Amino acid sequence: MIKLHSKGNQPLSVVQHQKPFIAKVTTNCELPFGLRAKHALMMPVADCIPDGFGLVLLGHDEPCQTPVNTLRLAPELRYIKDHDVIKFYPDIAKIDVLFRKEANTNSFLVTERCNSFCLMCSQPPKDIDDHYLVDDMLAALPLIHPDTHEIGITGGETTLVGDDFIRLIQAAKNHLPNTALHILSNGRNFKNLDLAVQVSKVKHPDVMIGIPLYADYSQLHDFIVQADDAFDDTIRGILNLKRCKVPVEIRVVIHQQNYHRLSRLAEFLVRNLLFVDHVALMGLELMGFAKSNLDGLWIDPYSYKNELKEAVETLTRHHIRTSIYNTPLCLIDESIRQYSVCSISDWKNDYLDICEGCSMKNSKCGGFFSSNLRKVSDHLHVI
Amino acid sequence: MALLGKKFKLLEVFDQATNGQYQLLPSRFAALDDGRYLLSNEVGEYLVVTRPDLESFIRKQVPANTDFYHDLKSKHFLFDDDSNVALDLLALKYRTKAQRISQFTALHIFVISLRCDYTCQYCQVSRQTDDKHAFDMSEETANKALDLVFKSPSPAIKIEFQGGEPLLNFALIQYVVNEANRRNEKHQKDLQFVITTNLSLLNQEVLEFCQAHDIHLSTSLDGPENLHNTNRPRPGKNGYQLTVNGIKKAQSFLGHNKIGALMTTTEKSLPHVKSIIDTYLENNLDCIFLRPLSPYGFAIKNQQAHKYDVDRWFEFYKEGLDYVLEINRQGYQFVELYTQLIINKLLSPFSEGYVDLQSPTGAAISAIVYNYDGDVYASDEARMLAEMGNKKFRLGNVHTDDYEGIWLSDTLLDTLECSLSESIPMCNDCGFLPYCGTDPVYHYATQGDVVGHKALSGFCNKNMKIFKHIIHLLEDDPEARKILLTWVRT
Ligand code: SF4
Ligand code: SF4
Repeated sequence: MIKLHSKGNQPLSVVQHQKPFIAKVTTNCELPFGLRAKHALMMPVADCIPDGFGLVLLGHDEPCQTPVNTLRLAPELRYIKDHDVIKFYPDIAKIDVLFRKEANTNSFLVTERCNSFCLMCSQPPKDIDDHYLVDDMLAALPLIHPDTHEIGITGGETTLVGDDFIRLIQAAKNHLPNTALHILSNGRNFKNLDLAVQVSKVKHPDVMIGIPLYADYSQLHDFIVQADDAFDDTIRGILNLKRCKVPVEIRVVIHQQNYHRLSRLAEFLVRNLLFVDHVALMGLELMGFAKSNLDGLWIDPYSYKNELKEAVETLTRHHIRTSIYNTPLCLIDESIRQYSVCSISDWKNDYLDICEGCSMKNSKCGGFFSSNLRKVSDHLHVI
Repeated sequence: MALLGKKFKLLEVFDQATNGQYQLLPSRFAALDDGRYLLSNEVGEYLVVTRPDLESFIRKQVPANTDFYHDLKSKHFLFDDDSNVALDLLALKYRTKAQRISQFTALHIFVISLRCDYTCQYCQVSRQTDDKHAFDMSEETANKALDLVFKSPSPAIKIEFQGGEPLLNFALIQYVVNEANRRNEKHQKDLQFVITTNLSLLNQEVLEFCQAHDIHLSTSLDGPENLHNTNRPRPGKNGYQLTVNGIKKAQSFLGHNKIGALMTTTEKSLPHVKSIIDTYLENNLDCIFLRPLSPYGFAIKNQQAHKYDVDRWFEFYKEGLDYVLEINRQGYQFVELYTQLIINKLLSPFSEGYVDLQSPTGAAISAIVYNYDGDVYASDEARMLAEMGNKKFRLGNVHTDDYEGIWLSDTLLDTLECSLSESIPMCNDCGFLPYCGTDPVYHYATQGDVVGHKALSGFCNKNMKIFKHIIHLLEDDPEARKILLTWVRT
């Protein structure tokens, strides 16, 4: 598991930055002088340090002469490479890695606020002023490598950032026109057609809004997201987005409270929302609330094997693009394994001892969220 | 629920509905067998329920918090105070189902010639004659018909050449294809062509033309040689050989999916459904349409239609479908088309374009017929009736009437108005309504009335039996269900 944040960095010289500094990482000591101030120079091995860089990051423990703004990186951040984007907090010497060129997904958390309170939320909502998150993303976007395949926007509830929501999509389009943009939202605010219209007006070439739907009827969905009327709002939101031709992905996290309705939910989707662009059926990530509600949420994926199979068959029969996420391949019925996608971000996936020698390890099976390792199925087996 | 952390509220907290206070959404039911009912809603979603369950649903006694309640709610049979988005969704689904009506007339049938080299006893329309001009369509008529074709709002247009034997007037087919393609440069419709032919005259010239213009062929194959030749007599008694050779030629020259065959059922066919299907398999056809004998034309004159009744035909169908399922079980995908149609009607949110199973009728909405002499009919059956001397469903003539005159003719509008299942006695209470249709021409031909008395209707009797049988297979026979589900196409 890769760490994305660390306070264990050690300033070795005067730090001139007064405010947090967001910069692209380079290992090129020869970078033209005019570009140096906005770059962070990463030096994996001891060498003579050139002048003019906005920040110098030492990825080694050798003693050396240090110009201003030089830090010794915490050991867990020494993987930082060319084209990564970091944020440096001068007061506490903290570094956040905002973007990793090598990552399979890069997501920007743009708010921790939320209007729902899902039982299994991996990022429990906080009612705080976190507007800086939007600014960080806006600052990072121009620094991201234009070949990047996809970036994500997550929350909290992303639409709660208000007008900035549209600004972010617009900025993503302006700076990264060839990069897919995947936005997570509970969809409720799109019950106002106007917001959906605004999204579509940006004309982002490759945007997708991922919206969770946990049940085929209101009571259960509202309970799972702990919000009255959420089911109606979300469905209306999805309808509005599709009315505006904005691509929508339905995300279903499967757990103890809803697995028994999974095949009915698939039928509901086929009958009512056949026009959605993707359905992701996802195993539970044991983070945040999911950990505190473990007893009420955990279910061995093996016990819903048949429900999952039926749901996938129903969806794919009607040509809805379908994927299974976050589920060990050995717990998925063989006939639908082709729909399994290794979706767990590389910085949080892991395998168990039992996976040793399994032909699917590090290939077709995405393994486990690192956070899930302490609660696993009794039915894992090598394939 | 101690299973959740303290910050979280129980399910009941989010349930704003009051037990027993749900509202019914429009639905109908029909008895399936002794214990069970089909409950269907306005857009064709369904549940199979027991009588006590059905009664408790209608009496609003289904306890909330049961799977049955949730099924009823999720499939939009009821809504409660917790949620009203069902109404939005139902409206959307209804619009989706009804969309075909606004995009009317996808299929345009050109009767190219009434002449035919066969003398089929059940044929309603063909003529034996050497006088080309009497029964062939002229270029002028075809041009007028094309004027009408391109006025249809439908984004997809299929032109089907029929007869008699249309290849007897192949020059006109060539003319129409070229002319339609030329006109389509402006209209940009998704344009397709089909020739319905007995294949006797299928030669290299025809094949090359079909290949060049991506034209599909549709032929008649009634079963094994004996049966086929008895049903479809041809001077020379070689109809079967000619057909089978033609199928083979078309398959190899044009491609497998470019030729299909239709069968007609006669009394003589009834004991032979398996060998009929085998004939299709032998000829590398991957589907069959087990059709009932139509009650029109010579068939009625010959009293053929009454020689066997719906029950006997249904046995034929059932035996055939069993055999088709067995073929699939052996790993060979082979489809019975009427069953496939019903499966899709049951399971898909879209409507199917099949003329006979629509409300309002698909006549002129799905298909229209231009006869060789320019007369326009609401359906193929309407034309057959006319050839018997009854022009009740003649909508006009391409030479004397314009598009508005034909599509807004009293004949058509009256027929459409009388063909809404939702307002037809018996149908309006029938659980099968979302999957069924009205077929006004059939009811007129058999009962002298476009609406017809459904209790006496062979159409109703047949379809009800088929619906029940297919639902029974889906519900009670997991193996059959698995196969039938592979027939769904979206
Ligand atoms: S044994 Fe491990 S690697 Fe293999 S499929 Fe199961 S979870 Fe994946
Ligand atoms: S024709 Fe018969 S089966 Fe069809 S809807 Fe009417 S009553 Fe029902």
